[in-house]
Amino acid sequence: MKSLLAGLAKTLTGASARWLGCAPDTRQRIYFANHTSNLDALVIWAALPPPVRALTRPVAARDYWTKGRVRPYLANHIFHALLIERRKPTMTDNPLKEMLTALGERHSLILFPEGGRQADGKMAPFKSGLYHLAKHRSDVELVPVLIENLNRILPKGEFLPVPLLGGVNFGTPLHLEPGEAKEAFLQRAQAAIREMLRP
Amino acid sequence: MILKLDPQTIYLVGGVLVLLVISSLIGWVLAKRITGGKGRATIDNLNARIRAWWLMVAVFGLAMATGGIGSILLFALTSFFALREFITLTPTRAGDHRSLFWAFFIILPLQYYLIAIKWYGLFAIMIPVYAFLFIPIRSAIAGDCANFLERTAKIQWGLMICIYCVSHVPALLTLDLPGYAGQNGKLMFYFVLVAQISDVLQYVWGKTLGRHKIAPNVSPNKTWEGFAGGVVSATLIGAALWWATPFTPLQSAGMSLVITLMGFCGGLVMSAIKRDRGVKDYGNMIQGHGGVLDRIDSLCFAAPVFFHFTRYFFS
Repeated sequence: MKSLLAGLAKTLTGASARWLGCAPDTRQRIYFANHTSNLDALVIWAALPPPVRALTRPVAARDYWTKGRVRPYLANHIFHALLIERRKPTMTDNPLKEMLTALGERHSLILFPEGGRQADGKMAPFKSGLYHLAKHRSDVELVPVLIENLNRILPKGEFLPVPLLGGVNFGTPLHLEPGEAKEAFLQRAQAAIREMLRP
Repeated sequence: MILKLDPQTIYLVGGVLVLLVISSLIGWVLAKRITGGKGRATIDNLNARIRAWWLMVAVFGLAMATGGIGSILLFALTSFFALREFITLTPTRAGDHRSLFWAFFIILPLQYYLIAIKWYGLFAIMIPVYAFLFIPIRSAIAGDCANFLERTAKIQWGLMICIYCVSHVPALLTLDLPGYAGQNGKLMFYFVLVAQISDVLQYVWGKTLGRHKIAPNVSPNKTWEGFAGGVVSATLIGAALWWATPFTPLQSAGMSLVITLMGFCGGLVMSAIKRDRGVKDYGNMIQGHGGVLDRIDSLCFAAPVFFHFTRYFFS
């Protein structure tokens, strides 16, 4: 079922994975990507080779993925998604703690630091979760991922996809530099995604 | 409509297979002899192209063997992949989403359905008239006015090139040609063979003798030597295949000349679009050739003209 869905996602979006800055590996990583479409998490997840895919959990919004019947099924049984509260994090319901627990000793995460999709395809400023994760887990590689064209395949507010060719580009892993400020790091992380954009 | 295994068909298919075997042998010998430098990359690309040709011939042969419906399905799929490459490369906006959905999932199947039921009166005008008017209406309802004319024109162009023009290849099967009933499969084979062999020969002549570029800004690989050599030799081959067509040798030479000239222009125009968008190929689906649209650019321009010439003069 999982590989069937992954195959379907790849065919539908024609998403070719390009490993520009690193090779696929089962080591612990946080893949952080621009968020353009509801298909994003699925497409990155599908682009990973099966052994890597089995260890990688997309981080997704609880308010979206618990609605209806299909979404919770996909989130829990297929992607093994980590559902977090994005509206009002509190001390007791803090996504950071959940993400650190989910990483554990062997797992990797897929993260969308913008926190939501942008209708115009431009990137919104990153939220600070990525920075805190990098600070707590300096051993984990942060891999920038550029998703291309998915906002045209399934724009915000549409439910029927158009079969254009998408792309998933994996860039060079980065780490938090010693003493690097939060804002500077988040901007550097965002620039790492933007760099892969073809003119 | 089915490709019957009459002797002429066997000669055509056999000829293509012999040609492929010879090319593979030449490719193999060249790969042995040239082991380094810039030439090596060309040889590797040549061999990738030849391998892809085997696959394309196999797919085309299989589609024809299953009869008219197989060929229609094959070209419908070709249109689908070509349109996908074309629209991917041309910027559209969220407001075009529904129009694009119509293009892929309603207009495309409808066009090939009309060909399957041989409704000439409608398949000849469905896209140029009805889809032409419908696309801007649907986009206007979506309410986004930015670059409206440009966006609409791009979608209409995609529909015309990737669906309408390509669909005229299997439309050859619908023609009613006196004294040629039930043999239209061969006419389609002849058309695809001449168009593609013209591409191949222009490539071969260009690589061996090419010196003077025709339009260096548009397509750096197109030379006058390649053009002349390709057009003349493909026309001669087309003329020599007259026995498989409803044409006399002289008519067959004329038709082949039309196919090769239109094919050349198709390659040139589609290159201009690629250069404008800053890419080398439309995709990477066919090893060595690029995308589907890179392979069929000549077919796109030649098919409707060949179809109407044949229809006007011979049916």
